[in-house]
Amino acid sequence: MVSTLTKNERHFAFIISVSVAMCGLVMAAAGRNDLLGTHGFIVFFFALGVTFILARGYYDPEPGDERFSAYYDEPIKAGIILAMSWAVFAMFVGDWVAWLLAYPELTFDEPWASFGRLRPVHTTGIIFGFGGNALIATLFHVMQRTARARMPDQLSPWFVLIGYNLFCVLAVTGYPLGITQSKEYAEPEWYADIWLVIVWVTYLALYLRTLARRQEPHIYVANWYFLAFILVVAVLHIVNNLALPISLSSAKSFPIFSGVQDAMTQWWYGHNAVAFFLTAGFLGMMYYYLPTRAKRPIFSYRLSIISFWGITFLYMWAGSHHLHYTALPQWVQTLGMSFSLMLLVPSWASAGNALLTLNGAWHRVRDDATLRFMMVAAVFYGVSTFEGSFLAIRPVNSLSHYTDWTIGHVHAGALGWVALITFGAIYSLVPILWKRDRIYSPALVEVHFWLALAGTLIYVFAMWNSGIVQGLMWRTYTASGTLAYSFMDSVVAMHPYYIARAIGGLLFLVGTVIGFYNIWMTIRTPINIPRDLASDHPVTEHAGAPAAEPAE
Amino acid sequence: MSIFGAHYNLERHSIGLAVAVVAVASIGGLFEIAPLFTIDETVESAPNMRVYTPLELAGRNIYIREGCYACHSQMIRTLRDDVERYGHYSLAVESQYDHPMLWGSKRTGPDLARVGGKYSDQWHVAHLDNPRHVVPESIMPSYTWLLRNEQKTDDLGDQLRALQRLGVPYTDDMIAHAAKDASAQANPNSEAASGVSERYGNDTNIRAFDNNSHKLTEMDALVAYLQILGKLTDAAEKDPANAGAGHD
Ligand code: HEC
Ligand code: HEM
Ligand code: HEM
Repeated sequence: MVSTLTKNERHFAFIISVSVAMCGLVMAAAGRNDLLGTHGFIVFFFALGVTFILARGYYDPEPGDERFSAYYDEPIKAGIILAMSWAVFAMFVGDWVAWLLAYPELTFDEPWASFGRLRPVHTTGIIFGFGGNALIATLFHVMQRTARARMPDQLSPWFVLIGYNLFCVLAVTGYPLGITQSKEYAEPEWYADIWLVIVWVTYLALYLRTLARRQEPHIYVANWYFLAFILVVAVLHIVNNLALPISLSSAKSFPIFSGVQDAMTQWWYGHNAVAFFLTAGFLGMMYYYLPTRAKRPIFSYRLSIISFWGITFLYMWAGSHHLHYTALPQWVQTLGMSFSLMLLVPSWASAGNALLTLNGAWHRVRDDATLRFMMVAAVFYGVSTFEGSFLAIRPVNSLSHYTDWTIGHVHAGALGWVALITFGAIYSLVPILWKRDRIYSPALVEVHFWLALAGTLIYVFAMWNSGIVQGLMWRTYTASGTLAYSFMDSVVAMHPYYIARAIGGLLFLVGTVIGFYNIWMTIRTPINIPRDLASDHPVTEHAGAPAAEPAE
Repeated sequence: MSIFGAHYNLERHSIGLAVAVVAVASIGGLFEIAPLFTIDETVESAPNMRVYTPLELAGRNIYIREGCYACHSQMIRTLRDDVERYGHYSLAVESQYDHPMLWGSKRTGPDLARVGGKYSDQWHVAHLDNPRHVVPESIMPSYTWLLRNEQKTDDLGDQLRALQRLGVPYTDDMIAHAAKDASAQANPNSEAASGVSERYGNDTNIRAFDNNSHKLTEMDALVAYLQILGKLTDAAEKDPANAGAGHD
């Protein structure tokens, strides 16, 4: 890592990591009577670790100017390892909380181990840790290849990657300690939020600087999505996290909005975190890795334009479908429902575009589990967006809201779409980055695929069943017009489904562990293709991603 | 074709594309969120609505810290079965001082928007200490540490001040007495107890919520909070749409 930085960059890196360590100390001192102090120490030791790595490599020989003739892939490798580590960790926590819902005593008599504190560790760890690192890594890869331009420097990608992971560490250590804003998917407190803004601005600048160096006149489709992901997430994050800390020596803050305005802001954020983090970012991934792996051009360029702008425009109106029949004014609910229905058009256009791209390559889908991961992901993208538009219809939502049906919908998207497309992309990327002709064991990829698919189906079917049963029990009346079931009746009825879900999740987790092992073993086998490939160089004629060019 | 032609051009300009993305994406939020701050009908008026006492606020923070919101909603929808199960549907005004709101998105456990007064303090203490002692098949976690942990009060003044800045009508008097009022609310025999009802109203619950007036625990705070849920204002009871809606 350090050996690829220039002397100047090493100095900058030193200054940054020492300043962060100092900030950690200041936080520790100011917050000594508060949980802020604990986080201060975590920041301090994290930055100290980075400083130590920098010091160890300080005297490594410097890279020469020839570095600009090859893409800069070091941070991508680190990003992939980090993504897989977060995946294993956060899915483990997810499965643990799944078992807790079936057997609430499966825990320690310790505050940190209780359901309410572990659940956000799962959601943050998986969305931001796994999803975020995978997005950063693949985005660095795709932007360089499709722009045929190398990143402009070596320091900013590392700053983005490491800084982002510091944010994730602060988030997931915070909840077990009791630090949370309680806003779903925006739980971290004010100082972590400020830090993320700094990291994110660097990320955007790096992205635009790389695009500015491009040799291709056109910006490839995948990059539109990545650009929308970075920009809109920044807007959402800043607005939803506006908060007033009670003092600079406390971790606690109060969001500036309250009640109904806070609810609308939160779900405008929440729904669009889904849209621009879990959808746009991963669509960017899909638009590059699926066609390159299938060796087919994207089916339709026009369809991708329509779906891109459709998604960018329509999603932002749909957040209020999280608040049907609540104290939110009804006109906003109606708007949310209408735009959610319209959203089906660009969503299915994207899914269809992906699947039609595979025409002529179905034999590859059959033989290559990596491509199959991406194919099934596109199918689940279609399924979960159809389901989403359906759940957004007010009367349907009156049944599904508050129940496990939402959880089923979430995981159809999260396991079936987000996780599977990521595994497909990572399996395509690992041999390329580490210069192996193939993944260590294609058979294990096959095993992973079937475990993941089985796990997803078990999980989703269990939750569809439990959600609908729950929703119906709550609203069933006896002949004499009284409610037929007590709330506890519905809790008891969930038990078998919770066990099934936890087993499905376990299969999915085992698949992920196997995948990580396979990737690790690939890295450990000796390099077996030439170190210096044409496709590693930005300026050579045949570099880039010709197969990814649109057909029209 | 011309649209695609224009797009063909836009794709060549990264800044242009970025500006277009932000512009197109901003419309929805501006259209839906901004009016909520200006249109009067969004929030009903409730002139006699009171604020959380410092102890209840501390309880609310524990509710947030423990992630109770991950299993409990505080938003009764305008549906017949919701109303019959949990009481009058929630009004916007009832959470107007809630920074943040805790409406929730999942009912693994029942809605709590109107749980205040439904059970005795002892029931809550026993239930939070181990839900299965009270409801054998419950899947709610045990919160044994609440009775052990002393409630911290030293930053409650800061908390009230921050909320005051955000528009919650805390008076300077309330802020100055925040820490004392928190202890006094759980200790009815103390001299300071009368100050609590002076500042927050005569209906304020002043009692040893965890049945021990010598130690201010996190249990005191959380139970004080649960007992006030749905009781900050009587706007819902006065609502003309109230006819027929009852508890359970
Ligand atoms: C794993 C999900 C879960 C979490 C987390 C949880 N609860 Fe519960 N809660 C339940 C379930 C299920 C019930 C219904 C069974 C029972 O009464 O124990 C319940 C019931 C209740 C009730 C009784 C409601 C009524 O009307 O009968 C109260 C009060 C309550 N919980 C408060 C809390 C508080 C306070 C917290 C946080 C400290 C909390 N719960 C955390 C699941 C949960
Ligand atoms: C091993 C696989 C997984 C298991 C066992 C698992 C389990 C769970 C459980 C038990 C919950 C809480 C449900 C509840 O409160 O009723 C949950 C929530 C959630 N999970 Fe997972 N999960 C897994 C994978 C994932 C992945 C890969 C993602 C995202 C990419 C994800 C995203 C979420 C989200 C967003 C929620 C919150 C849902 C909501 O609040 O509506 N999960 N998960
Ligand atoms: C057209 C696209 C989609 C629409 C219209 C849509 C709609 C909805 C609706 C109506 C809900 C239920 C809200 C409630 O009752 O509380 C919901 C919840 C959710 N959806 Fe989707 N959805 C879409 C796609 C997706 C995708 C692709 C994912 C990817 C992972 C996803 C993730 C989630 C999550 C995480 C929640 C739970 C939020 C929470 O309550 O914590 N959605 N969605």
